[in-house]
Amino acid sequence: MAISLKLNGETHTVEAEPGTPLLWVIRDELKLTGTKFGCGVASCGACTVHMDGEPVRSCQTYIEDVEGAEITTIEKMEEDKVGAAVQQAWRELDVVQCGYCQSGQIMSAVGLLRENATPTAEEVDEYMYGNACRCATYQRIRAGVLRASEILEA
Amino acid sequence: MTANISRRGFLKSAAAAAAVLYVGATPDGAAAAGSSDAMLNPFVKIDSDGNVIAIIKHFEKGQGPATGLSTLIAEELGVTMAQIGYEFAPSDPQVYNNLFFGPFQGTGGSTAMANSWMQYRTAGANAREMLIKAAAQAWGVDAAGLDIQEGMVTGGGQSAPLGEFVAAAAEIAPSETPRLRDQTEWKIIGNEATRRLDSPIKVNGQAKFGMDVHLPNQMVVMIKRTPQRGGVVAGFDDSAAKDVKGFIMAMPLPTKHGVAVYAENTWAAMQARAAIEVDWDMSAAETRSSQEIRDEIMAALEAAPVYNVNKADTPAISSAVDGAAQVVEKAFYFPLLAHAPMEPMNCTIEQTAEGDIVLHDGAQMPTGPHMAYQQIFGLPAEKIHIKTMLTGGSFGRRATPDADYQVEAGLAFVMTDRSRPVKLVWDREDDIRGGYYRPATGHKVRVGLDADGKIAAWEHQVAGQSIMKGTAFEAFSVKDGVDHSTVEGLADSPYVIPNMAVGLTDTEKATSVLWWRSVGHTHTAYVMEVMMDMAAKAAGRDPVEFRLAYLEGGDKDAQRKAGVLKLAAEKGNWGNPAAGNVQGIAVHKSFGSFVAEVVEVSGTPADGIQIEKVTAAVDCGIAVNPDVIRAQTEGAIGYGIGHAMRDQITLDGGAVEQSNFPDYEPLRISDIKAIETHIVASAEAPTGIGEPGTPPSAPALANAIAQLDVQVAELPMSENGVSFV
Repeated sequence: MAISLKLNGETHTVEAEPGTPLLWVIRDELKLTGTKFGCGVASCGACTVHMDGEPVRSCQTYIEDVEGAEITTIEKMEEDKVGAAVQQAWRELDVVQCGYCQSGQIMSAVGLLRENATPTAEEVDEYMYGNACRCATYQRIRAGVLRASEILEA
Repeated sequence: MTANISRRGFLKSAAAAAAVLYVGATPDGAAAAGSSDAMLNPFVKIDSDGNVIAIIKHFEKGQGPATGLSTLIAEELGVTMAQIGYEFAPSDPQVYNNLFFGPFQGTGGSTAMANSWMQYRTAGANAREMLIKAAAQAWGVDAAGLDIQEGMVTGGGQSAPLGEFVAAAAEIAPSETPRLRDQTEWKIIGNEATRRLDSPIKVNGQAKFGMDVHLPNQMVVMIKRTPQRGGVVAGFDDSAAKDVKGFIMAMPLPTKHGVAVYAENTWAAMQARAAIEVDWDMSAAETRSSQEIRDEIMAALEAAPVYNVNKADTPAISSAVDGAAQVVEKAFYFPLLAHAPMEPMNCTIEQTAEGDIVLHDGAQMPTGPHMAYQQIFGLPAEKIHIKTMLTGGSFGRRATPDADYQVEAGLAFVMTDRSRPVKLVWDREDDIRGGYYRPATGHKVRVGLDADGKIAAWEHQVAGQSIMKGTAFEAFSVKDGVDHSTVEGLADSPYVIPNMAVGLTDTEKATSVLWWRSVGHTHTAYVMEVMMDMAAKAAGRDPVEFRLAYLEGGDKDAQRKAGVLKLAAEKGNWGNPAAGNVQGIAVHKSFGSFVAEVVEVSGTPADGIQIEKVTAAVDCGIAVNPDVIRAQTEGAIGYGIGHAMRDQITLDGGAVEQSNFPDYEPLRISDIKAIETHIVASAEAPTGIGEPGTPPSAPALANAIAQLDVQVAELPMSENGVSFV
């Protein structure tokens, strides 16, 4: 079926069967590969995107449920005030190692900071719990969110 | 991926062909340089616009070689980190080989910096000297008075960008012994301000990993694999898959270990694969359970060992233990573990119009698939090309001696008419269930203490599944029957332990086993360091003081090991935990580096342990990129502790019971509240850092928990009496 999808401010019409995860439409059809496949069962967070501004796991979000919604991916974060602050903090602290999970980490961090501009370390841990990083960059992810909060407050 | 550092290039005529200086080495290691990359595969190339590109012979899985090897070139050449870009090297086992591996290009054993240290500095220094000679000729001055700093050749009252001298420099012969910059001159090596060159593209979605390859008209192939190792395809029914939109075809692999399912895209491949029914012939398949494997290993520890690892007088040492004033003994068991890097295995193959084969892969050991593809495709080496992509982690998984997933992709491609590229994709379940695990291993140790509480004799037996035997790397690690990777870190530890006997018995491989971040040290450090604590306790001594007695007075390695132990104890506030907390400590040498860690925890094993802080001290020689060293130490600690806390791969009737992250639970952000890393200043050549932080992490945690009266000798901890918050 043809589905109208609003992604990063542009409307796309994609041909996809109901039940197709948004992740694979973004990656395979629209060729935006910043959103990653890690587990397929919403337990790692590498595929996190924003749906109407809220982080969702795109591997468990189905194409028929996103019609009319605004989907935003990592590729658009540079233009987002919070997104740009998080990316700056990530570069300052060299959060990344392999980097494969970091798009998802950043999309979740932006979700947190929009909801809570000045989180505590404990609140960061609670919110980011579902984003796995096998390189274990967690200490810098935590520091990165707190640094982004500082950048935004300045 | 390459930084455009041109300052003036855009002012030049676009029609002018840029001259390029390539500097590298010949296959026998002699310095080489020229003006064309047809002449050599270089380590650095510099064009007349001043663009400097380091060619990185190691793959980037997050451990930092793209930044680290670029640092060496930048330092010696005389450019800033903002003025250098990088590219991954093509496959060339003669020029881009790991100098510790022979004629084999590959990354592993924490060797990327250690083996490249002089090679890349020499290339950078040669480029500098050639550019300086060219400038001296142009200016009619003595080259001795010139230097390059921040990309500018300066001296003799003149200054110009290095790009101006590239064409002339390419005509100058490189030196076998260019002058390397002295440590006192260094501005980039050891610079705390250096940031990773791959950081910007990894925070904005632009980084391209193997999984991100989309070649025009490509097919995606997934393999429906045998649920038990050794099972083969007897037949299959793909009629239901034909209803999946985008399904193309299904064929058994020639190896019969699975059915290749081809589709137009990844989701269609997943759906089609799920719809295919396979009739498996399990007559030769693995059928054992984890309990049987454990029983075999623990029984082997009760019998005399097959191999006498350190040629010790075992009967005499055994008698010495028996006759000691006190005997401390313990048996340990370590389960199979999966690597589970974030990016599941994948690679993409295409055939060019000329009939060449191109593999796009996060290639940890390019020489492996390069050799395998010569056989699969019947082509000479020069007709096969490997494009190394960024990689979403490995921890050893991408370095299989049999190039497993690249061979799978090659076989899946060779079965087609080769008109369409084929991208092989594994999902997380394939990864967790697809074999290649840290071997299951057992240890049994008896330590005899004399009346003064000093170690009188140490009898140590290991039983487990050899990683190297039966593989192409057997000759690399196996001597006199002993696979060193099973026992590394025991008899060769810097501890000066009198009367030590180490024995080894190989047990049957239950599944494919593989090096896993820090290899044998994952279990040997645990056993050594838990035993050290148990012996210290029996002797009534402080664990740090007890260990130092077996290090101080020893050789240089022992001194360095003592150094990190003391530094970690000092920085970790050893002996003075916060109220209600307890501490554990461990120290270990691996891959030429020394790491000690203090783990401080709160809570109780019954109600839940919380890891409050890990304080690490690291001596890995000269710290080329200090912040990368800290990051690798943080990550290595998380990797070691996360698996020790709650992970294992278990088999039921030969089939892997775990399947994905919900039942192979990764370390999460809240599991460790803080990690602090201190680096020992050193003038020694750099050694490894990707792995050495892992070995001491789990025993330091175990030693902390032992203060709460739970001595964990079998992992994971969560299955052996310890709960975590």
